[in-house]
Amino acid sequence: MNVVATAHTLLAPEAEWSHDGAFHIIEQLSKPIHRNLEPVGPHYLAHARRKRHHRTFSEDDRIVAAQQAKNVEDADSGEISEPEDPLLLSRDPKDWKNQDHYAVLGLSKYRWKATDEQIKKAHRKKVLKHHPDKKAAAGGIDDDNFFKCIQKAMEILTDPIKRRQYDSVDEFADVEPPSRKAKGNIYKLWNPVFDSEGRFSKKKPVPRFGDDKSTKPNVEEFYNFWYNFDSWRTFEYLDEDVPDDNENRDQKRHVERKNKAARAKRKTEDTARLRKIVDDALAMDVRLQKFRKEERLQKDAKKIAREAEEKRLAEEAKKKAEEDAKRKEEEEAAAKASKADAKKAKEAAKNAAKKNKRVLRKGAEDANYFHPDGAAPPDVINNVLADVELLITKLDNEELDVVAKKLAGLKVADDVKGVLVDSIHSTIGKGSAKESDYKILLQ
Amino acid sequence: MSDTDEPQQKTVIGIAFGNSNSSIAFTGPDGKAEVIANEEGDRQIPSVLSYVGDEEYHGAQAKSHLVRNPRDTIAFFRDYLGKSFAAVDPTNAHSSAHPIQHDTGVAFSVQEKTDADPATLSVSEVTTRHIKRLSDSAADFLGKSIDGCVITVPTDFSESQRKLLAEASKGCGLTVLQIIHEPVAALLAYAAREETSHPADKTILVVDVGGTRTDAAVIAARGGMYTLLATQHDYELGGRQFDEVLVDHFSKEFMKKHKTDPRENERSLAKLRLECENTKKTLSLSNSSQISIDSLAGGLDFHSSVNRLRYDLLSKKLVDQVVGLVESVVKKAEMDLMDINEVILAGGTSHTPKLALRIQQLFPATTAVQSPATTTTSLNPAELCARGAAIQASLIAEFDAEDIEQSTHPAVTVTPHLTKSLGVVITSPAGDDGKADDKVYVFLESETAVPARRTATFTGTNVGGDVLVRIVEAKKESVDVTPAKEAKEKVNGADDDEDDDDDDDEDDEDEKVIKRVTEVERVIAEALLKDVKKGAKVEVMLNVAGDLTLTVTARVVGGQGGVRGTVPGPAL
Repeated sequence: MNVVATAHTLLAPEAEWSHDGAFHIIEQLSKPIHRNLEPVGPHYLAHARRKRHHRTFSEDDRIVAAQQAKNVEDADSGEISEPEDPLLLSRDPKDWKNQDHYAVLGLSKYRWKATDEQIKKAHRKKVLKHHPDKKAAAGGIDDDNFFKCIQKAMEILTDPIKRRQYDSVDEFADVEPPSRKAKGNIYKLWNPVFDSEGRFSKKKPVPRFGDDKSTKPNVEEFYNFWYNFDSWRTFEYLDEDVPDDNENRDQKRHVERKNKAARAKRKTEDTARLRKIVDDALAMDVRLQKFRKEERLQKDAKKIAREAEEKRLAEEAKKKAEEDAKRKEEEEAAAKASKADAKKAKEAAKNAAKKNKRVLRKGAEDANYFHPDGAAPPDVINNVLADVELLITKLDNEELDVVAKKLAGLKVADDVKGVLVDSIHSTIGKGSAKESDYKILLQ
Repeated sequence: MSDTDEPQQKTVIGIAFGNSNSSIAFTGPDGKAEVIANEEGDRQIPSVLSYVGDEEYHGAQAKSHLVRNPRDTIAFFRDYLGKSFAAVDPTNAHSSAHPIQHDTGVAFSVQEKTDADPATLSVSEVTTRHIKRLSDSAADFLGKSIDGCVITVPTDFSESQRKLLAEASKGCGLTVLQIIHEPVAALLAYAAREETSHPADKTILVVDVGGTRTDAAVIAARGGMYTLLATQHDYELGGRQFDEVLVDHFSKEFMKKHKTDPRENERSLAKLRLECENTKKTLSLSNSSQISIDSLAGGLDFHSSVNRLRYDLLSKKLVDQVVGLVESVVKKAEMDLMDINEVILAGGTSHTPKLALRIQQLFPATTAVQSPATTTTSLNPAELCARGAAIQASLIAEFDAEDIEQSTHPAVTVTPHLTKSLGVVITSPAGDDGKADDKVYVFLESETAVPARRTATFTGTNVGGDVLVRIVEAKKESVDVTPAKEAKEKVNGADDDEDDDDDDDEDDEDEKVIKRVTEVERVIAEALLKDVKKGAKVEVMLNVAGDLTLTVTARVVGGQGGVRGTVPGPAL
């Protein structure tokens, strides 16, 4: 809270204080006016915070102070919270090659994952704690060994090349691969192994081992990646110290050669080691078996489907053939029946025609051959019969039937003759006969 | 704490979206706002877009096309945003693409592609493109993509215009965290320089002399919170008018020599205008400036120079107008010029020394006038809005949209403000008639938003004994504190004739010194502290709650007990 110190002097009471208590109200404040505050600036935001959460000034001060204290604590915790191993504190700085640089800075749970920012922060904190001046001031012995360790660790971890060299041989970050006989969840066993090995990959991102839900392409990609692993791992860190120039030159060259050979050897070993890990993983990978089984099942399913399809097709063909045969049979039977019917009808028609012809002839005969009276002379009979015969030949069965029906019941000679003459005219009209062909009926 | 737990630091910028120029700023890790230069190195980026061939030009490049290709060059479009065609004033767009009616708003028709029909670009679309270019420049400069921005607008921007602006910005993928008022942003830019976490209560006048318009605002700053008390606008007064006096001046000079008026030819006029703007800027820095234009009109070159005195004379009328605007806004706020504690000059035209000096003359010497001509520590007036916006952006960068929405909701912003100053009566120094001294120490100035709380310590008494803490509402009164006349006459000598006397009277009037002092208006309450030792400090705290309930706490520093009393608030 801000207290303004003024140089002003307060009043002395002019008259005797005549009120009860030490506080006396005279009037209320004037009415306020409502205005719009500009929603801008840190003080407004504090005001908005108080108003939104219905806090008073003192409450808000307290809450904000608590928040800040917590933030500071949070920032302080973290990297430095690792307990320092007394063995580590008494390390000899000359033996820096075997020193765990991450542990020295208190970053052993981050290791290769530690960011530059984290390293910087951790270093600062460690320096503040272990600076020789501080120790001397605290009355301790003048021991800057651990401080030297810290500086060495910082030197290595802040130089990208040196850090890589150290990370390459940082066996604390390695995760031991499970043995082939290991039981349990293979994903739990293998994922950390490949996550840790993946740190050496030049290619990013590194595919993960995955879990039982991984698809076949994922798993295939994983193994392809690891069988073609491109590693930046180097082994310079384990080099033997090369003697100075001014000593024996041959000796120096010899050591250098030896180092180079050792590096190459280690690299080969490392590649082989990785290869073996991937082989082991492949051998243990139940997913591959699963995929194979699935594939087989799929194949089988396909086969079964195909066979079922074939069977179905065969059955269908058979059924069709049967149906065809049946239909053919029925058709033949129908044809035969219709043939018989036709024959019968033909015969019936023939009989009817015969009967009709008889009716026509009988009609002429009944009409006394259209001779007025007495027995008709033979030549007239002859001519009339010839004409009727001619008419019969000119008429087809149906017309014959019609004419026969008209004649049926007619007794008067003229009527009969009229019917016959009509039908003769109709045949002439159709052009099947000529007037001149008829000898008597048209006279 | 691993990095993954930490929220990603958001990259936010402030944008001052002006009618003539825009600027962008960001707040660095040290909390200082910095204005970003675009690819061409401009910190003042002209709000101009030009279409030539199949290319889109922006900023200074586009502005130069006002000469060659005025019809396809869009300028001065900010104020058209969200207005109907009937409501806009097209005067400024005479020498650029003309506004045309489009749907319910305003648009520009420009030849965007060489082998296509002219495209009709609505003002919103133009704004989107402009903001996109600004945002891209900022992203290029910072090397990070921009997550959000705060944009400044004039105080008379309507709600619908703000909405359109936010949409236009969203159209290019830039989220607008907040839209704030230009004068308040300018104020914030200065306020952020102060180290103290408890800023003094001030009444501030912000005069923003922009390219095409002038705005003045009286703002009460109380405990770091700002309230707009009054605003005034002049839409026909701005840098363009200052350019115009130079254009007229040089045109006359050219006519004298060559008998041709360069103002009659559109192209010549555009050339002359562009150069006059540069001349004006030079005159703000040095005492004289050269102008030289090749082939101004009729193939004739023009070379001339102008000095600052001439320019001041030419622009006197415009300066008077600004002064008039200042006076009217203070009047509108129902205040006296003496009540203004600080004047902030914003906008590019505020570089003009004469303008700043005239405004400074208007106010008493105790009033600080923040402008390059009057104070050496002033910020660049053209950058104030962008800086303020960047500061605000950094303050709310980590807020959720909902948080911002809630914090800027009228339910939170509309607050009761005290109408009277609230303070404690103090004794005047002995030996004086006390006419010219404050009677009241003011804790809470009028126009303070409540709830508010202030604490101050006083000397108890000079003699020891009981101390009376009298809480009062105060008023301010002008008191003539001109030195006594006899003293003057003694200096002048005895043998003056009448004329001289008259002169003296006039002089006295000129030198009349007015002082504003606080007087008791109404006594609210009294508290008694008993037996305070001589010279002991007394601490008084006044706390006004949101419902105007006043709580007074008075105690002797280092002593025990104290007096605490509450005055219930007035019925609302």
